[in-house]
Amino acid sequence: MDLQDTLERVLKLSTADDCIAIGWHHSSANLRWALNTSTTNGVTEAQQLLVISIIEGRVGSVSRSYFPEETLESLVRESEAACEGKPPAEDLMPLLQGDGVPQEWRQAPEQTGIGVFGKLAPDLAAAFGRAGEEGYLLFGYAEHVQSTVYLATSTGLRRRHSGAEGKFQINAKTPDFKSSTWAGQVTATFEDVDIEALEDRLRQRLEWSKEQVSLPAGRYEVLLEPSCVADMALEAYWSTAARDADEGRSVFSKPGGGNRVGETIAPDGITFYSDPKEPGFEVAPFTVATSSSSYSSIFDNGLPTGRIDWITDGVLTGLITTRHWAKVSGAEPKPFIDNLIFPSDGPGLEEMIASTRRGLLVTCLWYIREVDPQTLLLTGLTRDGVFLIEDGRVKGAVNNFRFNMSPLDMLAQTLEIGQSQSTLARELGDYFTFAKMPPLRVRDFHMSSVSESV
Amino acid sequence: MRPIDPSFLDLPFRRLGEAALSRARDLGATYADFRFERDRAQGISVRDTSLESMVTSETLAYSVRVIFRGAWGFASSVTLTPDAAVATTDAAAEVAATLASLNSEPVELAAEPAYQDTYVSGFEVDPFSVPDEEKVAFLLAVNEKVLASRKVDHVDFGASLVLENKYFASQEGTETTQQRVRVQGEFDATKIDHANGAFETMRSCALPRGRGWEHFTAGFDYLAAAEEIPGLLEEKMSAPSVEPGRYDLVIHPSNLWLTIHESIGHATELDRALGYEAAYAGTSFATLDKLNSLRYGAPFMHVTGDRTVEHGLATVAYDDEGVAGQSWDLIKDGILTGYQLNRQMALKEGFGRSNGCAFAESGSHVPLQRMPNVSLQPGAKDLDLDDLIGGVENGIYVIGDRSWSIDMQRYNFQFTGQQFWRIRNGRLDGQLKDVAYQATTTDFWNSMEAVGGPATYVLGGAFNCGKGQPGQIAPVSHGAPIALFRQVNVLNTAQEGAQ
Repeated sequence: MDLQDTLERVLKLSTADDCIAIGWHHSSANLRWALNTSTTNGVTEAQQLLVISIIEGRVGSVSRSYFPEETLESLVRESEAACEGKPPAEDLMPLLQGDGVPQEWRQAPEQTGIGVFGKLAPDLAAAFGRAGEEGYLLFGYAEHVQSTVYLATSTGLRRRHSGAEGKFQINAKTPDFKSSTWAGQVTATFEDVDIEALEDRLRQRLEWSKEQVSLPAGRYEVLLEPSCVADMALEAYWSTAARDADEGRSVFSKPGGGNRVGETIAPDGITFYSDPKEPGFEVAPFTVATSSSSYSSIFDNGLPTGRIDWITDGVLTGLITTRHWAKVSGAEPKPFIDNLIFPSDGPGLEEMIASTRRGLLVTCLWYIREVDPQTLLLTGLTRDGVFLIEDGRVKGAVNNFRFNMSPLDMLAQTLEIGQSQSTLARELGDYFTFAKMPPLRVRDFHMSSVSESV
Repeated sequence: MRPIDPSFLDLPFRRLGEAALSRARDLGATYADFRFERDRAQGISVRDTSLESMVTSETLAYSVRVIFRGAWGFASSVTLTPDAAVATTDAAAEVAATLASLNSEPVELAAEPAYQDTYVSGFEVDPFSVPDEEKVAFLLAVNEKVLASRKVDHVDFGASLVLENKYFASQEGTETTQQRVRVQGEFDATKIDHANGAFETMRSCALPRGRGWEHFTAGFDYLAAAEEIPGLLEEKMSAPSVEPGRYDLVIHPSNLWLTIHESIGHATELDRALGYEAAYAGTSFATLDKLNSLRYGAPFMHVTGDRTVEHGLATVAYDDEGVAGQSWDLIKDGILTGYQLNRQMALKEGFGRSNGCAFAESGSHVPLQRMPNVSLQPGAKDLDLDDLIGGVENGIYVIGDRSWSIDMQRYNFQFTGQQFWRIRNGRLDGQLKDVAYQATTTDFWNSMEAVGGPATYVLGGAFNCGKGQPGQIAPVSHGAPIALFRQVNVLNTAQEGAQ
């Protein structure tokens, strides 16, 4: 029984007031290497079925990864039984009404396999050979995931979305591990991964690292590469629940009550939006919610999503708002969307380096954690390359730092915005693939202490 | 020992395992294992007096891992037929064959005896036998008690319950069936000054356990915490902001477990020390050349790794490579003396035998070298909290974990906490706020002047230690006594963020 028929069967078996059935199919292949040799590799095939029953406003949610036809009735009954004895859901809203069966509904899930690395594997083998000859070590990871989701509700709604997410990361180190540099790329097919070009970039930075410069902790002008901007911006994006702000427990809360929408929080020219149809960054154009929180509501499943502006020319223009919280607060619903775009036609990174009198080029951030939710103060480390720029030229590699900095302060202290590009967030790229960010020049970025790590 | 859940035993894992391993033999794999796993999990979230979310899930999958043409191959499936198990073995072999050209040397494993055994972890009440209504009512009652104080504005309670069943069979003749239960639940109270927009939070220090529902009803006293925390949070809200500088720290196990996890647990993973995690999780300053010579900490510092402690989150009878659970020293008399191993590294680096640190998050994940329970042992002297505080003129007593971050070689770390109590002249003198401590690992552990006795020892831990690509989470426990550290660098987080 395919996933679509499984969902239809679940809805037919349901005796609840309402029912939501969501099925996922994930097909993935991965390849990992270290020290110029392959390590763990594999392919996986997985499915998941979530049944949400709603009886007199009470919600029962049960999910399974193994659900042959003969188990569906017991799964549905379990979901219905899970409604018993619970209080009604606070975020109860009418389910969205169906609008017919979309054309793509009957399409089977997309698949991937180890063959997706057909071009990459020999290219990598050649790269290992070159690294061995030239005296450096390569580490990294390639992953291709093809995910298809089907969503069906007892109100007749049917939705399907399929998307591919490929990530390629490569890290070069000197054999003494004293110098390290990294490059990452988001790719749909791996056909566009040019390993030799990435190696050139890694070699250039290892070359820069031959000159080592020790600098103390302090506040520095920094050029943050797009991956760093993505990591910081995503931390902020994940803190934009309107309900938390309205309740007074968020960096986006306004003293005295309400939230900061309408307030200027960054310089002119800084704009963030999400759009499921952004070319090259396409994601599901509807909400898929597995549970309720201040960021999502199971009653919003299937909600169509379009472009949402979060910050427009420095002004906070949107916070993530469920339909329930929109009703409570009088705001518009603004669902979470799986991409984040910071558009800019500014200068390229090379040009920004050339116009720097003195500053630090920061290539990656790592181990970023929230320290204080009130200011969204984050701590974390620089990683795989911090370089001193003087008079428009890279002078050498600098020690790593621990930073303590809020992403809102990063935006507020931005001096220059570079050219936006697709980027893989070094840390949060595991959870959020589609980001388009520019490099930023930021004044007084707080490097709190020196880290001995490389 | 309780019996294995019969609904797991009804699943056809033996038949699938036989088909998979037989196929691997026919293909000429030099090693093969088959792992079948079912994980039941429940997540409950209560926001103030409303049930926000309660999802019960069951994840079932199996996988085949082979060494074929000298390379690892791995594949997983959810189709429970012998034909699918054979196809999964073929897929694993195809992965190995496709990528064998990337291997610089053939994979080999350290020897391990074959076992046929069954294991069930220690718990009293299967959390999935408790009616949902009762669990929700418990969480709501705690939240209502917190809010009834009228001293706080919000409270959020989150709980996670897991029942893990695993079957493992290898070409070497090992066949094990295991069952583990674990639970965690914590509430966070928030107090808001609506006039100026300031807010503070405080979390219960309920640490996760390899126990059943009895953890909630007869383990951690949630209702007592619900009574106590509103007043403590109110006091913290108006407490002075810490003056940054060097302080003596007395650290409670509810905070110290996380410092142990980050600065010792991850640092003594041999795969990190050898560079296999270099591109992602990172490496370690505690490299193999420093074994038996690195002065990690104070001369009385004793840290063990184990997969055996009762109610430990990483406790198993056999790991995911069929290696029996063990206990060993990682740091003895302050010196680095051991690592965490899997079978491949144990052989390659001359350790002889693995100490059983292979673990996979689920049946569809490949086993990695993962952390066992890593614990700081208590001192021989029966020192208590008063003894340690009594020896401090100017210090801070830290309770509960919160923010944590450490660099990719495990040198530089920064931690915050839930409660910070000023110590003046050997006595507690009210709370402080905005405290973080920042140090380098070996400096910190060498500044440890005393540890409490066995009565102060508490098992902390986490459900969600992350590692590897694709990312995997693993549960792990860390025991610690209360401990005293001299002259640690303390930051003021409000000043750190000021522009």
